[in-house]
Amino acid sequence: MGFLDINNVTKSYGAVEVLHKVDIQVDEGEFLVLVGPSGCGKSTLLNMIAGLEGISSGEIAIKDRVVNNITPSKRNIAMVFQSYALYPNMTVGQNITFGLEMQGTPKPERDKAMAEVASLLQIENLLDRKPGQLSGGQRQRVAMGRALVRDPDVFLFDEPLSNLDAKLRVDMRTEIKKLHQKLGTTIVYVTHDQIEAMTLSTRIAVMYDGYVQQLGTPKEIYDTPANIFVATFMGSPAMNVLPAQLIEMNGAIHAEVAGADGPKHLRIEDAPDAYGNYVGKSVMLGIRPEAITDPEGADRNAKNIQSLANQVTVTEPAGADTFVTMSLGGKDCVARMRADAEANPGQPFEFAVNMDKAVLFDPQTEARLA
Amino acid sequence: MAVASSDTAIRSSNVTRTFIYLFLLLFALFYLMPLGIMLVNSLKPLSEITSGGMIAMPNEWTIEPWLSAWSTAQIGVEPTGLRPYFINSIAMAVPAVAISTVAGALNGYVLTKWHFQGATWIFGLLLFSCFIPFQIVLIPMARILGLLEIAGTTYGLILVHVVYGIGFSTLYFRNYYAAFPTELVRAAQIDGAGFFQIFWRIMLPSSGPIIAVCCIWQFTNIWNDFLFGASFASGDAAPMTVALNNLVNSSTGERPYNVHFAGAIMAAGPTLLVYIVAGRYFVRGLMAGSVKG
Amino acid sequence: MAATDPMLDSGADFRTRLQTWLPKIVLAPSFAVMVIFVYGFIAFTIYLSFTDSRMLPSYDLVGWQNYERLFRVRQWDTAIINLGIFAGLYIVISTIIGLLLAIFLDQKIRGEGFLRPIFLYPMALSFIVTGTAWKWILDPAIGLETTMHRWGWESFQFDWIKDSDMAIYTIVIAAVWQSSGFVMAMFLAGLRGIDNEILKAAQMDGASNFQMYRRIILPQLRPAFLSAFVILSHLAIKSYDLVVAMTDGGPGTSTWLPALFMYEYTFTRNQMGIGASSAVIMLMTIAAIMVPYLYAELKEQK
Repeated sequence: MGFLDINNVTKSYGAVEVLHKVDIQVDEGEFLVLVGPSGCGKSTLLNMIAGLEGISSGEIAIKDRVVNNITPSKRNIAMVFQSYALYPNMTVGQNITFGLEMQGTPKPERDKAMAEVASLLQIENLLDRKPGQLSGGQRQRVAMGRALVRDPDVFLFDEPLSNLDAKLRVDMRTEIKKLHQKLGTTIVYVTHDQIEAMTLSTRIAVMYDGYVQQLGTPKEIYDTPANIFVATFMGSPAMNVLPAQLIEMNGAIHAEVAGADGPKHLRIEDAPDAYGNYVGKSVMLGIRPEAITDPEGADRNAKNIQSLANQVTVTEPAGADTFVTMSLGGKDCVARMRADAEANPGQPFEFAVNMDKAVLFDPQTEARLA
Repeated sequence: MAVASSDTAIRSSNVTRTFIYLFLLLFALFYLMPLGIMLVNSLKPLSEITSGGMIAMPNEWTIEPWLSAWSTAQIGVEPTGLRPYFINSIAMAVPAVAISTVAGALNGYVLTKWHFQGATWIFGLLLFSCFIPFQIVLIPMARILGLLEIAGTTYGLILVHVVYGIGFSTLYFRNYYAAFPTELVRAAQIDGAGFFQIFWRIMLPSSGPIIAVCCIWQFTNIWNDFLFGASFASGDAAPMTVALNNLVNSSTGERPYNVHFAGAIMAAGPTLLVYIVAGRYFVRGLMAGSVKG
Repeated sequence: MAATDPMLDSGADFRTRLQTWLPKIVLAPSFAVMVIFVYGFIAFTIYLSFTDSRMLPSYDLVGWQNYERLFRVRQWDTAIINLGIFAGLYIVISTIIGLLLAIFLDQKIRGEGFLRPIFLYPMALSFIVTGTAWKWILDPAIGLETTMHRWGWESFQFDWIKDSDMAIYTIVIAAVWQSSGFVMAMFLAGLRGIDNEILKAAQMDGASNFQMYRRIILPQLRPAFLSAFVILSHLAIKSYDLVVAMTDGGPGTSTWLPALFMYEYTFTRNQMGIGASSAVIMLMTIAAIMVPYLYAELKEQK
């Protein structure tokens, strides 16, 4: 049993099931991120943990106590909302202590708790202001203060950074991570931003279409995505997923992909057994952009760097990197180069492909071959 | 009402602009004229009016018509003036406005933040009830007021106005609360606030403008009502509008036009005052009453 | 969007269950009042319209007799024709005046904040007050006509309010005076909602002011036209107070409207069955206009 147990939970509106048998165990101190495109069911799941939406079947337990029929306020959880949901008519201090007041905590204790949280978040000077007088970042802090002051078992975050501008978002992201490391609390965090998911989490649940597609550590999700959806959703620019043919050549398995001027062959080393069954068949070859570079920029620790000559279609310098597009397998394939790599549109170029990082998917089931 | 756009793309010549100003001023005059005539003629002796001087300033100023309209004019059979009826209207409007506004606020809160199956249907039915011709309920209402033994009383009128005011007050609060962030309600739920605590501590403190809109609309409608007043409360309990109509349409002999005008301004006074003081909210109410909310 | 789902498992404690029921308990009185006083009463009146009720309600059904008699009564014909004249002119004139005032006010007029409230204040008045004012202003014995005579225009004649063919038009004048400012406010809100960049684009395309209004602005005011039409027609059908105050239906019965007819037949002439059937017709007419409009509005909001 974990600290927060989500056991075979489903959610239906009428006859329509929008969340299918979700099964996640969260340990104490974990930072679980639910990530997925809008409409995937991640917010619904979070609201069910909070008790703001009913559970159609299955059960949710916090610290071994089933909470299906317990009102939100009795679950010992706290939630930070996307809009921060600060009460506009109350001061920051009243906002933070409203929950304690509702629970009947005496005023001196409330004030003490408020002072502690305010100093932790460095918002002591804001306590007498109204939310309308605060900046976005300050509101964000107050919303976290309101959650922290209740000393809950589980923190729930519902896209808390999506209303901030880009720079502030990065700062607050770091701040949340620091807070988690310092306090060691259990957090369930919903976002549609895969970078937030990667940077913050100890584990990620990638959701799509009401299903948990993959549950794992950020590294597992990134390096060994369970299927094409996870592979393309996580990472920016997205992983190249190219139609290819598995063939046996010179005693080794090769992936054959169509280049601009004929077939290209990429040798695969240490192929898992599963690959054997696909020799002579079509597969989808997944390569992340950073695994395709110019020869000088290739990863020195990689064991299997394959050279690939192909024509460049577009180059997009982005400062730190230059993104180079070529046609591979009939699709646009993006490579991530050093800024000073000399690739020119319409010219042939010698790409270096790090095949250690390549993955293969079944074209029908879209599941990764392993 | 919307703010003037900072840079209109439309430019017009000076001739056109002069014409526009003339047109607008002419209409301003048209709208002001009846009120002006009432005011001026309520302050002159009757003889000046009957001799054809309606559209002229008084030669002799007098407040006699006002005193007469207020306390001695013949209303129906009694020479009581309009004062008791003015008081009737206040006694009717104040509780009716208060009750229908409170009910509307609670209904709007429930319909938007505690959505349940059929809520849209209930709202649709309430909405339609705002626009029914009240002739369709006159007969049964007369029966019910009789059965409740409040026919012909101010209490009866309060009941009637509350019942038929709830539709509009619910409409106002529902549209206002629909734009009120649901996340705030959720946050309060997690903080442990109950149904009424959320309403009292979270919703109401942010409802000032819509309370003003609703009260003003209800007050204007209830004060200005004639049909219900005439149907259910003629006699001693009649509201101001009914009394004014009696004053104007039943006087025999020489008609005291100046007294009629003074009475009309008295009947218009409270709603006019509300309009002058809080016109902004009145306009918002009108616009929301045309459902565009 | 739902704030909670009812979670009425047997496991929920009493307080939780009370909280889930509270919203319904709070809504219940208003719901009951609506069901009884609005829809119950409507049903009762519809029922009465099929009975031989006279001074008091009777429960003996007589089929469509009241409706057949209603359409044979001369005053009902008068009322319907009057409503046609009144509603038609009232809606068209109010819309034209309201639209012109709104367009002119939208030309960055100095003193707009001063003019707008003047155009709109009649809407705050009771129809009885409006009626009283116009009744005496249009009265040939003391009002406009006499004044003109005194100012030396001896041949001036304006006695419509005493003329049974023309009296209904005086009611149009007073009603337009009362409501056109409201229509102005609706159009003004519509005009202010139009994206200025579209107008700039049209100007770049070389549209003249007139073309700009005809081709770009007026088409975008469609919702305001629709609202104005619906509100004005519903006000017209319900019109009662104004007629009572101005002419009390006279001269004779020349300014009767359906609302007046219903009241007279039900309460003065003790023909409750016919009165009820006239009320039903009024309701149906308003429903035919309001229901599609409200339905569309509700669907749009969802």
